[in-house]
Amino acid sequence: MTTVSTPPTVAHHHGPPTTFISKYVFSTDHKVIGKQYLGLALVAVTTGMVLSWYMRFHLAFPDAKAPGLGTITPEQYLQLMTMHGTIMVFFVLTTAPFAGFGNFFLPLHTGAEDMPFPHFNMMSFWVTLTAFLVLVAAFVVPEGPPLAGWTAYAPLSAVGSGSGPGEGTGQTLWAISIFIFCIGQLLGALNFICTVLDMRTKGLSLARLPYVTWAWFITSVIGLIAFSVLSSACVLLILDRVAGTSFFIPAGLVVNDRVLTHAGGSPLLWQHLFWFFGHPEVYIAILPGFGIISTILPAFARKPLLGPRVMIGCMAAIGFLSYTVWGHHMFLSGMNPTSAMGFSVPTLIITIPATIATLLWLGTLYGSKYRFTTAGLFCLGFISVFITGGLSGFFLAQPSIDTYLHATYFVVAHFHFVMAVAAIFGIFAGTYFWFPKMFGRMMNETLGKWHFALTFIGVYAVFMPMHYLGLAGNVRRYSSFPAEYMGQALPLHKWITIAALFTGAVQLIFLYNLIRSRFAGEQAPDNPWEATSLEWSTQSPPPWDNFGGRHLVVSHGPDEYGVQSPRGDYIMQTDPP
Amino acid sequence: MAKLFAALVAVITIVSTGIFVARTWWLPPDISVVGPSIDSQLVETMVAAGVLFVVSQLTLAVFVWRVSDEKKERPIRRFPGGATPLVVLATALVGVEVLTLSLVGSKIWYNTFLAPVPANALKVDVQAGQFAFYFRYPGPDGTFGTPHPDKIDEGGGNFFGLDPANDIDARDDIVTAELAVPVNRPVLLTMHAKDVIHSFYVPELRLQQDFVPGLVIPLHFTATQVAKTEIVCTQLCGLGHYNMKTYLEVMSQADFDKWLKDQAAAQ
Repeated sequence: MTTVSTPPTVAHHHGPPTTFISKYVFSTDHKVIGKQYLGLALVAVTTGMVLSWYMRFHLAFPDAKAPGLGTITPEQYLQLMTMHGTIMVFFVLTTAPFAGFGNFFLPLHTGAEDMPFPHFNMMSFWVTLTAFLVLVAAFVVPEGPPLAGWTAYAPLSAVGSGSGPGEGTGQTLWAISIFIFCIGQLLGALNFICTVLDMRTKGLSLARLPYVTWAWFITSVIGLIAFSVLSSACVLLILDRVAGTSFFIPAGLVVNDRVLTHAGGSPLLWQHLFWFFGHPEVYIAILPGFGIISTILPAFARKPLLGPRVMIGCMAAIGFLSYTVWGHHMFLSGMNPTSAMGFSVPTLIITIPATIATLLWLGTLYGSKYRFTTAGLFCLGFISVFITGGLSGFFLAQPSIDTYLHATYFVVAHFHFVMAVAAIFGIFAGTYFWFPKMFGRMMNETLGKWHFALTFIGVYAVFMPMHYLGLAGNVRRYSSFPAEYMGQALPLHKWITIAALFTGAVQLIFLYNLIRSRFAGEQAPDNPWEATSLEWSTQSPPPWDNFGGRHLVVSHGPDEYGVQSPRGDYIMQTDPP
Repeated sequence: MAKLFAALVAVITIVSTGIFVARTWWLPPDISVVGPSIDSQLVETMVAAGVLFVVSQLTLAVFVWRVSDEKKERPIRRFPGGATPLVVLATALVGVEVLTLSLVGSKIWYNTFLAPVPANALKVDVQAGQFAFYFRYPGPDGTFGTPHPDKIDEGGGNFFGLDPANDIDARDDIVTAELAVPVNRPVLLTMHAKDVIHSFYVPELRLQQDFVPGLVIPLHFTATQVAKTEIVCTQLCGLGHYNMKTYLEVMSQADFDKWLKDQAAAQ
């Protein structure tokens, strides 16, 4: 390993923490912040999953009493759904793969001792936690959480409590929470971008960055634009709700037998602003998954990624195109129908880089000496669910088919496969891969493989049948389906519910493995997977300044596997030229 | 575990594709002029996506199966030709697919949402509100009365806020809770919302369109068969959203004329 002594200019800009508070609570250490984000995501995903269990329970057994809630009412169903979507999209799919792993590993991947703005970084987590607490506070206010869905379409979300239970204080808390969340993510994105551009160690050209680091960088750029727009939209929504403005409320509305005095606003303006954030958000959730798979797959395939620059180009192309497609959520919204074609074509075109990326993963797998570890299996599972979710996008990208499938369970199947399940598989792959580095202990592989196999079966059992429901015209966001409407779908809904409860229960294996391994797992060596990037050049877990004062010099690319070297079949980035 | 995974992928692929092919759950019968072209586009997309689904999932399964059999001592094998053929293949294959679907689809979309409305179209004004649809036929004068939001009185049956005392056009407007239309005659709906966003979805017409407060949105269709189907709301509109539905009844012209007359008499 090549190192040079640390020159004074790169000395750590904050001393080692000395108190419990500064070490574990208000920490400026990017690794602690990464763990805090992952902890928050774990709490959030558990909450979101329990909410989805209640939803599924009610759909399959509408008259039965749900534990703790009794018989679920239509408004409770919509409130559960709104909170499930909001928690999962913002506090799980954004925080875990991007803010969580990104915070921990991005500075390690660049050879830096920390992010350039550690206090902003600390603030980013605590702001995000505050946003989460503000959101869940909606559970305890009178009338409960909002019911307008995670998209909070105005004017339902803008006109106040007259439009429905939860649309009073609950909806205001939602808007405030999302605004705060955006601020946290902007601070994080700023740090990520500056770290990649300014904090790379000697020899670490951009081309030598690991793919996941590229993914976090591109995601940060997307997030910087997306969250700026959403935060502004939330401010306007809050003003409409509490200050009497009319950004999203037109004249002449009669809500709950009351003629509103608002005038001049546009409900479609909210949709444009929301989806200008909302569609890039899909890639904020999934691009880190692209990066994680592209980084981990070669490590277990023991060969370099096929087409490394093509993969980076694909991720960049997806990032760029993500800002040209938001209108495909609005084909039937009342937007001028002519514009639908303008949004349809780039939506279909975005499948080209996604297809290329998938083929590159398959090409990397071909002829490899794959090590079927749990992390490696989750990579393969990611490829499968991403293919499934991506292909259903072909249907919804076409306005002429969307006119039938829009707002049906087909859409629910599509976005869960491509955005939720694929992203979660990426998170699982990352967790099993990096746990040894983060905690200095190995996770149990036997439990991990059981977790993988049962989860893989479970997600297909839950989400594949939703395509069939959508084809049959089964509308989403209905709290129940009376016999005369979609009665034939009830057996399928029962199947999905049982599968969802099963798949959720399987996650207890993961939780047990996580906790047990944290305290009683086998001691991890510094480089248990024989991987190449910089985090594997330091201790497990890394010291507070990451590399023990060493200033690394990088001489190799991020995935030099399948080569003859003194180490075996790989060359680490820090190995001499 | 590798072989188990490969087998799982193959089984899931075959079973789920089989259910699509068997059409166990499928679209309801189509009753509209644009329906056949929409169905055809959907089936073509299904075939294209289905082939890609089966080929790519089975490729994954086969690669995993073969890789798990590889001997440790043999060297790794590069993908033949490197990344370039894959990039060309994906760009060409998906590019052609995108081009074809876009060209054919744009014609269908034009016919559904942009084509000029025939002059003989039956005009029906539709108002959506939490949690009901109301329909208004213009009556013998062929002209709708002007709605006044401040005069809406649902308890008193004035769902559109009409002012027949001062508005001659409003006096013969016929307001109903269900939509009836004659078969094979174009229908032009003018859609508006009273409170929040709602949607008009009739799967059998292959048609869906949002109602947006502040906008009057035209939507036209021609039903080709006598039928009675449900109209459901698909935009989350509040606690009664799941129950916001009514019926579309497609009748012969004679039955429609009689129905309209009966409705007028009952006003």
